[in-house]
Amino acid sequence: MTGVITAQQSETLQRILDEFKGTQGPLIQVLHQAQDVLGYLPAEVQSAVADGLALPLSTVSGVVTFYNFFRTEPRGEHVISICTGTACHVKGADRMIDILRDVLGVGLEETTQDRRFTVQGVRCIGACGLAPVMMIDDEVYGKLDRKRIQEILALYE
Amino acid sequence: MNRRLDVLVCSGAACVSSHSAEVKSALACEIDARGLSDEIRLVETGCMGPCELGPVLLIYPGGTFYVRVSPNDVAEIVEEHFLKGRPVRRLLWETPEARRIAEEKKQVPFFEKQQKIVLANCGEIDPENIEEFIATGGYEALGRALTEKSPEELIETLVASGLRGRGGAGFPTGLKWRFVARESGKTKVVVCNADEGDPGAFMDRSLLEGDPHSVIEGMTIAAYAVGANHGYVYVRAEYPLAIRRLKTAIEQARNAGLLGLNILETGFAFDLEVRIGAGAFVCGEETALIASIEGERGMPRTRPPYPSTSGVFGHPTLINNAETWGNIRHIVLHGAQWFAAIGTPQSPGTKVFALSGKVVNTGLVEVPMGTTLREVIFDIGGGIPNGKAFKAVQTGGPSGGCIPAEYLDTPIDYESLKKLGAIMGSGGIIVMDEDNCMVNIAKYFLDFTCDESCGKCVPCRAGTRQMLDLLEKITDGKGETADIDRLRSLGMMVASTSLCGLGQSAPNPVLSTLKYFGHEYQAHIHEHRCEAKVCPSMIRFEINPAACRACDKCRTVCPVTAITGKPGTPPYQLDAQTCIRCGRCAEVCPFDAIAINSGDLN
Repeated sequence: MTGVITAQQSETLQRILDEFKGTQGPLIQVLHQAQDVLGYLPAEVQSAVADGLALPLSTVSGVVTFYNFFRTEPRGEHVISICTGTACHVKGADRMIDILRDVLGVGLEETTQDRRFTVQGVRCIGACGLAPVMMIDDEVYGKLDRKRIQEILALYE
Repeated sequence: MNRRLDVLVCSGAACVSSHSAEVKSALACEIDARGLSDEIRLVETGCMGPCELGPVLLIYPGGTFYVRVSPNDVAEIVEEHFLKGRPVRRLLWETPEARRIAEEKKQVPFFEKQQKIVLANCGEIDPENIEEFIATGGYEALGRALTEKSPEELIETLVASGLRGRGGAGFPTGLKWRFVARESGKTKVVVCNADEGDPGAFMDRSLLEGDPHSVIEGMTIAAYAVGANHGYVYVRAEYPLAIRRLKTAIEQARNAGLLGLNILETGFAFDLEVRIGAGAFVCGEETALIASIEGERGMPRTRPPYPSTSGVFGHPTLINNAETWGNIRHIVLHGAQWFAAIGTPQSPGTKVFALSGKVVNTGLVEVPMGTTLREVIFDIGGGIPNGKAFKAVQTGGPSGGCIPAEYLDTPIDYESLKKLGAIMGSGGIIVMDEDNCMVNIAKYFLDFTCDESCGKCVPCRAGTRQMLDLLEKITDGKGETADIDRLRSLGMMVASTSLCGLGQSAPNPVLSTLKYFGHEYQAHIHEHRCEAKVCPSMIRFEINPAACRACDKCRTVCPVTAITGKPGTPPYQLDAQTCIRCGRCAEVCPFDAIAINSGDLN
């Protein structure tokens, strides 16, 4: 394999594939781990997974594109996941997206030019009690408004 | 020295995002610095429920309940309460008007009407310590089931209890068990559906984070009853903490001989595997979930064959929701009669709800079935904040409906909610006030189901798209009278001809808002008026000349220079033609001089 992923990453991918040998129906679990390590699932990773699991590439690609969680494009250093669940919607999630666009200059499913932030919309993250909510990487921030969003983003500067 | 205090720190998702971890480490430091480590035990628990009040602390003995604790309060708590025995009164919960202080947790009105069975351990024990679970009677039901009861007896108990599936549809759990038990296949599978995809629902998450062993115990008992040796827990990838705690619990149960080849030395073998979902709402549907466990695209399959005959990898499969699993051990321990006496005759037991939206006390609540919506929203939830008027309550997520004020006294059970055009669903209750536009809400849900439709069957794939287009047309101010009928007939067609539950229930939010809030649709179509002032095409911003102080704030934030004026010379002017209705000006105006109006100008 050449190109997007390094030799070391390719080795890790092989280790993941080995780990799931003998497991029934492992495709989604393998893709999860591969994305954890590589950040995203470009075509060549999908090919490697298909070879490793003896599946047609179309099956792998079909699964990758079916599920929201898998991505085929690289992400920014930090991923801002703005919750678009119902509780957040009724408490102004759309407004929060506008504010992020204002502050960062990018909208949903976009990455800032300096590759520091990717903004994405996610389905409910289950912190409805604190709506509106966003996650930056794995950290949850609730009760958002313009001021709080600015304060939070400053933490990542 | 003897241990004299247990300090429980809520580590549910909401408290964690309100920085409960900082409170906990501050407590640990202070307790250590004071040399109290032997006397005071610090425990991280799952969700205690009142998310709005977080971070919260619960202290035993005594049950003192501190709310909105910050790391700065810690020194005082340790000095006053832990050393001198005087609770810090300013951190106790108090009613806003009566100034009544709750000395202990059970006096807080949020908890008064609740009855916790499934959530009994959530917020009371350390979810990462199997011994604490065992100390509350955990795994006792499993022990009794394996040594004193036959599989048939267990199934009869469950049928007699009347427990119904907590995932939404309310199918009798005992019957499901019986179907799988009767299958002759050698290999059978037990599955926990924790793919809590409804936006506004966090019951399964809280249960897995707060008391994972109760789910494991329920599944193991079922495996014995139906003759299964392998199980899967299917959890959403969006819940990393739940996944971690569940994996820890499975490992602990294996080490304790409660999972594995020879459970409690009875020769019964059962083990569990965690499968992580990948973000597809349709996977909450059982046949789609099964496809996803198998590593495929999560597309539903036609039934029959039902999963009880041919499920995961073709084996007979018993699939229940996480909350349903959480009920099992209690029914086995206390008996069918005990359970059947709680709630209503048709819907026995309790139900866990995630209460959110425009309500004072957001959080996780568990009430007996038959409790009214009003009790949940106003007595437990504390009503609507900021003096606004209640408009609707949405139950059942994208498959559910919006219920207006005149039905607030409806008891919550499967049949009553269905009669109103809503559904019980998995348990999300989202409260809406006068500022929420019901056409917009219907559009929001259709947008969701349209996006999440897997595309397999035409009515769902194309029908939801057509319905969404009609709703967009109406909210864009281009609606016509005939669109209402079009929406209704399309909705009924999609509901009656879709392959799986997603499509069959997708029209509910539209049909229920048409039924109860038809006047809002009419106002959008005929008067271009959005009562709640939400739909951008129907609102306009106007500067009230009397209130404007010419502070210049609005002009500087306006992205399209629609506002003109000179600092110090009021009033400013807003050009409605240029305005893109982004609302920035109204947000920054310190004098509330910018009004939002809706409806045709005459």
